[in-house]
Amino acid sequence: MDAEYHLTTPLSVNDVESLRSGDRVTLTGIVYTARDAAHRKLLELIEKGEELPIPIEGQVIYYVGPSPAPPGRVIGAAGPTTSYRMDPFAPKLLELGLKGMIGKGKRSKEVIEAMVRYKAVYMAAVGGAGALMAKAIKAARVVAYEELGPEAIRELKVEKLPVVVVNDTIGNDLYQEGQEKYRTVSA
Amino acid sequence: MREIPAQTIVDAVRDACIRANIELGNDVVEALKRAVDDEESDVGKDILRKLLENAMIAREERIPICQDTGVAVLFVELGQGATATGDLYQALEEGVRKGYQEGFLRKSVCDPFTRKNTGDNTPIIVHLSLVPGDRLRIWVVPKGGGSENMSRLFMLPPAAGWAGVKEKIVQTVAEAGPNPCPPTIIGVGIGGNFEQSAILAKKSLLRPLGTPNPNPRLDPMEKELLKEINKTGVGPQGLGGRVTSLAVHILLMPCHIASLPVAVNIQCHASRHVEIVL
Repeated sequence: MDAEYHLTTPLSVNDVESLRSGDRVTLTGIVYTARDAAHRKLLELIEKGEELPIPIEGQVIYYVGPSPAPPGRVIGAAGPTTSYRMDPFAPKLLELGLKGMIGKGKRSKEVIEAMVRYKAVYMAAVGGAGALMAKAIKAARVVAYEELGPEAIRELKVEKLPVVVVNDTIGNDLYQEGQEKYRTVSA
Repeated sequence: MREIPAQTIVDAVRDACIRANIELGNDVVEALKRAVDDEESDVGKDILRKLLENAMIAREERIPICQDTGVAVLFVELGQGATATGDLYQALEEGVRKGYQEGFLRKSVCDPFTRKNTGDNTPIIVHLSLVPGDRLRIWVVPKGGGSENMSRLFMLPPAAGWAGVKEKIVQTVAEAGPNPCPPTIIGVGIGGNFEQSAILAKKSLLRPLGTPNPNPRLDPMEKELLKEINKTGVGPQGLGGRVTSLAVHILLMPCHIASLPVAVNIQCHASRHVEIVL
């Protein structure tokens, strides 16, 4: 069994360099939510040289568009969305010091290379386990782009959010390694 | 002519949207339990158990199974001896609007280019057919974006035959990898034409999991395909394993003499479908 880590955000270079693909991690602290629409807006601000609504350095972005919070709850279901849609935007954020991304599904070659170059990790949450993931979220507030509805940027206070490292800082890819182990035909 | 009040339809569709998104069907729960036994990978087993736990939490705490509560797809069979008072389409849409608003479900419909959210999860997608009888039967099938994005349609040359069809289906599932949230259910539509094959593929997903295909010709084809798909190693969440898909469902109809259409509609493990009969 791979190692298990409990990390607190923001993450340091040391934190992410100690992680390897296959490691199970629980995250505690602040993570920010953003999907492709929010990423597009962040990149526009970066291109214009304007200030961003959230810090990037050392931070973790969770690719999620939660369902609305019913009365008495802080959030609805909050599982990961498919990450490839953020691939065109991720390298720039990694260059600015983003240390972690949480989602589901494969990343592009460019993103994997940027993780190696700028020292960051990509972690997967269980896709479709929105109710389970919501249990780790203790507070949520919209910090930017409220008009995007479910796609707004939210600041989430998480406690032991369970994820698994897919891509580490030395170029490993858990999807590739895991699938090869069980493949019995040429795909 | 039997009249069905529009309000009855609105209320039934509203409730079905909420129930479909919060209560994972027993057919899927049972299939996931079987998958825990079949899976060899420890990581895979752990994920399958988490999915069962997730379904339990959602049911008990009345929150959606998955935050992607989907676009509302409705298969509607209207008996020719029945009629809806008022506008049937509007009643269906109002039911969805109320269900998504009052059930705290995510609104996931937007303009293709401006990406502006329509705000109430409409428009809905309706597949209407006229059938004998005087009943109105509605399947409410919320469909998520992750699995829909990995779905494919192929217009194959007839010479490709079953071998060619199989290859395309297995390839689609292998290439989709972790993206559609495996373990998946693979809906396959063979024949018809371009759009009909896609509708058949989606409709095949309405069949409860674990029930055999009523067509004795298609049943062995489904089993053969499932075996091939589960050799790809994709596994639960694409992290490697034996259970890439829980089932393959096929619907088939005759097609043009020049064609062999094949549609592959991938359904994530959160296979939500609620049937209403009015």
